[in-house]
Amino acid sequence: MSQPKRTDAGGRIDRLRVLRFQFDGRRYQGYCGDTLASALLANDVHLTARSFKYHRPRGILALGAEEPNALVQLEQGAYTEPNVRATQIELYDGLIAHSQNRWPALGFDLGALNDTFSPLLPAGFYYKTFMWPASMWLRYEKAIRRMAGLGRAPCLPDPDRYDRMHAHCDVLVVGAGPAGLSAALSAARSGARVILADEQTEAGGQLLWERYDIDGHPAMAWVASVMAELAAAPEVRILARTLVSGYYDHNFVVACQRFDSPRSSAHAPRQRLWKIRAREVVLATGAVERALVFPDNDRPGIMLAGAVRGYLNRFGVTAGSRVVIATVGDDGYRTALDLASAGVAIAAVLDLRVRAAGFLPQQARARGIEVLTGQRIVATGGRMRVSAVRVQPFAGGTIREIACDLVAMSGGWIPTVHLFSQARGRLRFDARAGAFVPGEAMQPVRCAGSVQAAWLLHEALAQGFAAGGAAAQACGLEPARALELPQVSEPEATAADVALAHRGERASRRKQFVDFQADVTLADVGLAAREGYDAIEHLKRYTTAGMGVDQGKMGNANVVALLADARGEAAGTIGMSTFRPPYQPVSFSAIAGMDAGELFDPVRRTPMHEWHRRHGAVFEDAGQWKRACYYPRAGETLHASVQRECLAVRRGVGMLDASTLGKIDIQGPDAAEFLERIYCNPVRSLAPGRCRYGLMLKQDGMVFDDGVIARLAETHFLLTTTTGGAARVAAWLEEWLQTEWPMLKTYCTPVTEQYAQVAVSGPHSVELLAPLCSVDIRAMPFMSVRTGYVAGIGARIFRLSFAGGLGYEIAVPADRGYELWTTLMGAGERFDIAPYGTEAMHVLRAEKGFIIVGQETDGTVSPIDLGLDRLVRSDKFFIGQRSLARPDARRADRRQLVGLLTENPHEVLAEGTQLVAAPCTLARVAAEPVPMLGYVTSSYFSPSCGRSIALALVEAGVARIGQTLHAPLATRCVKVTLTAPRFVGDSDEVLHG
Amino acid sequence: MLRIACPWCGARDETEFGYGGEAHVALPADAAQLSDAAWAEYLFMRSNPKGRHRERWVHTHGCRRWFNVVRDTTTERIFAVYLAGSPPAQLPDEPA
Repeated sequence: MSQPKRTDAGGRIDRLRVLRFQFDGRRYQGYCGDTLASALLANDVHLTARSFKYHRPRGILALGAEEPNALVQLEQGAYTEPNVRATQIELYDGLIAHSQNRWPALGFDLGALNDTFSPLLPAGFYYKTFMWPASMWLRYEKAIRRMAGLGRAPCLPDPDRYDRMHAHCDVLVVGAGPAGLSAALSAARSGARVILADEQTEAGGQLLWERYDIDGHPAMAWVASVMAELAAAPEVRILARTLVSGYYDHNFVVACQRFDSPRSSAHAPRQRLWKIRAREVVLATGAVERALVFPDNDRPGIMLAGAVRGYLNRFGVTAGSRVVIATVGDDGYRTALDLASAGVAIAAVLDLRVRAAGFLPQQARARGIEVLTGQRIVATGGRMRVSAVRVQPFAGGTIREIACDLVAMSGGWIPTVHLFSQARGRLRFDARAGAFVPGEAMQPVRCAGSVQAAWLLHEALAQGFAAGGAAAQACGLEPARALELPQVSEPEATAADVALAHRGERASRRKQFVDFQADVTLADVGLAAREGYDAIEHLKRYTTAGMGVDQGKMGNANVVALLADARGEAAGTIGMSTFRPPYQPVSFSAIAGMDAGELFDPVRRTPMHEWHRRHGAVFEDAGQWKRACYYPRAGETLHASVQRECLAVRRGVGMLDASTLGKIDIQGPDAAEFLERIYCNPVRSLAPGRCRYGLMLKQDGMVFDDGVIARLAETHFLLTTTTGGAARVAAWLEEWLQTEWPMLKTYCTPVTEQYAQVAVSGPHSVELLAPLCSVDIRAMPFMSVRTGYVAGIGARIFRLSFAGGLGYEIAVPADRGYELWTTLMGAGERFDIAPYGTEAMHVLRAEKGFIIVGQETDGTVSPIDLGLDRLVRSDKFFIGQRSLARPDARRADRRQLVGLLTENPHEVLAEGTQLVAAPCTLARVAAEPVPMLGYVTSSYFSPSCGRSIALALVEAGVARIGQTLHAPLATRCVKVTLTAPRFVGDSDEVLHG
Repeated sequence: MLRIACPWCGARDETEFGYGGEAHVALPADAAQLSDAAWAEYLFMRSNPKGRHRERWVHTHGCRRWFNVVRDTTTERIFAVYLAGSPPAQLPDEPA
């Protein structure tokens, strides 16, 4: 028989649209409008999960986001999603879900041995047991994680699309229950731009299942009329299926919107992340019901009373056929009355209060329902499903057993204050409600309805209207006229006694769960308090209460109340652990949105990129740039290719794409004065047409960036920066110009992308270039710049070389770069020209001892440490000067740049290798630490030297030149000799080796 | 995420801006004459208040202009935005 627990009529489901789905391999049917939870309950499936720690059988407990038990693995393969609450999964045809945390099966789970041996597993068990010896923790951890895991993360790339929207509004209303709807309505009627976000498929909140009349009609008719008016308002945006998960500074709110089933369309997004900036926010986030604490209160078939009522009235599902209701207020009676009307047998209503004399209890009695006051549940029976409860008066006396297949419990309501708290709002304990409610707000936010503990419908509507209107007014809008509160008839409720909810049975040895998801019991809270973890934040971490994926939405209230009891203090005095975003887990896919794969980060390519690609270049990333690293010929290794490219530059001619170098154009009457202060080198003395290597320091005297300063004219300079430093340096110049020296007439323009630049290096470079250039490049002195034409293209010609030796750099407008490159390559054929990449460039510059910022420097290295103090002028002000003048800057034991030669010329040390005084291995060092004297910053095999070379930063390195040090490796030690940091001289002669 | 009113471009999200630390810490004109301790004081020490803080921001992904902001470090409320180079902004409720 299909859907045995479905009523004959009623509910907001479409009984003509049957949906098929699978849970744990079994096939079921549900209706359009169901959630997975309601469809399972319609099929009389309560057992849906095993608990986190003890692997106890668990069933569906709640109706929405607060569900702690029924977490499922939704879908399979690449589409799979772990830990999704069955209560929030909108049913669709073909849905496949599996239970989690059980092996081999939900009905027979070996992990349940944890429950049997649970006396050995108290709170803090892992901390107490598995911490010694520390080295074993890594092994224990794996086994513990396998036992205690929830769902499994997908292993395949997510095939779905995820979208992102930025939105602005005057008033954001969170929650479309009675308070939220009336807030949205009054704000909209004031002319405010409104966004109304609600996590459900349709608006109404509790009106979707509570049986109220508004203005003499069923409440949902009022909801429909409000939604129609909002939908017609041009400035109102309604976001259904949209869960607001984060509330950040300055009313920045993040929400995640779900769409249809994952496979409905290949092009539609699965989820959309909304980033909303609201001038005013109204939180109408409602409340969740509090569970009761009693022995074995977690058996499948023990549910929240409001949820039982919700499944009945919204989905047409009777969750049981013989029901015991346990309640601390009048709410439980609503469930009793609704179930009775649906023909379900009510075994008894257990009212924990001594007196139950309100309207609803009277109604229940009038219908012949047995009401037991002043009694509580002392035990429950049934393994996979509750089968009976034992009840006893608080005053003592006979224990009576009542057979049942459903227990509906109502411990009062907990306002959903999470978002208010995330917004830094202070919480206040409301003694009447026995719960924390919003107190002083720190942002433009208002609360309305049951989040304020306004339980009555007419209160919620009134608060909503007021909050929406006030929010619109705060935005400078006129309050709406013609606003009339709808009329509601609802019975007077008597006060609930929420202090009874967490009372529990102190004497019982059975488990009494407080946080269902984290498997934290009443006894655990008591133990933690006795062991001294009696501050709420300590208790949370010690017991893990509130640390499940539900963050204790339902359990925290009872945890806090129990702790207050244990400390002998009044509830509400010990505070609440901090709520942090997200309110509910948001998938990484939704957060990443379109910023994945190729779109993760922009890619920058030089104008010559296509040539490099066609000629087999292997690229490396330099920031966002793709740079040609080397150009292997058929069958060539990285090493062979780099050696060949280096030799081409030293003996013939090579060409490097240097377009990625940062370039900044500096102009203005004070440009020279400005740069004089920026660089540690002299700049004013530089003649137009000449270039100089320049070092920029930070205020602490440490090297920040380097490059070439070219003076194009009296008031016009062009700087180059490191590839990665271009943006940093431009920002640095602007900062000083704007904040310290605004009187200097200077303009800085980043022009990196405007020019393509080619380095032509090697002894034949001049023969290659001279016939193509409009200026006499043979007459150009070293470190000079001319403007002219190269191969008919307007160009700046620099005579300089980072590779050392003879070389030129040609800069042309970017759109002519490809043409320049191919023309030069063609002209270079007769010189056997070779393109060389960044790897060869690194080797060539290291042979000459030229540093790379970020490789030889790390923000703690000064020009003095690099042996570049000859560049530093002491007779002028520049950034970093005062710090370099400290005696410490010249201390002899600072790390200084030196060269290294290994004893074995074929040994190439890894960059980062550390250096010590005496021979030893890493294994020895681990046992007996020795002082580290320095480390290798650059290391290559140099074809010019025919051996390995390295640069290193070594303590008192200059004084140690000629001495030997040792580089400990895993199992052996390499002996190295310190040299000056230069291996190839000006006329390309080998200096060391 | 803060929303900051750039004096040149208007209100924008914090992601467009860069933070520049405490404002009104001027580079000493006589740096060479300062003692090492006084120089370190200028370079490293900041007031780091709980409450109102006058600080520098730059509209990195916008006009690239630096400006100053008065922000409460506990509530994140921004009280005033004013141009770089102008004297510290006085708020109506503060003694002059």
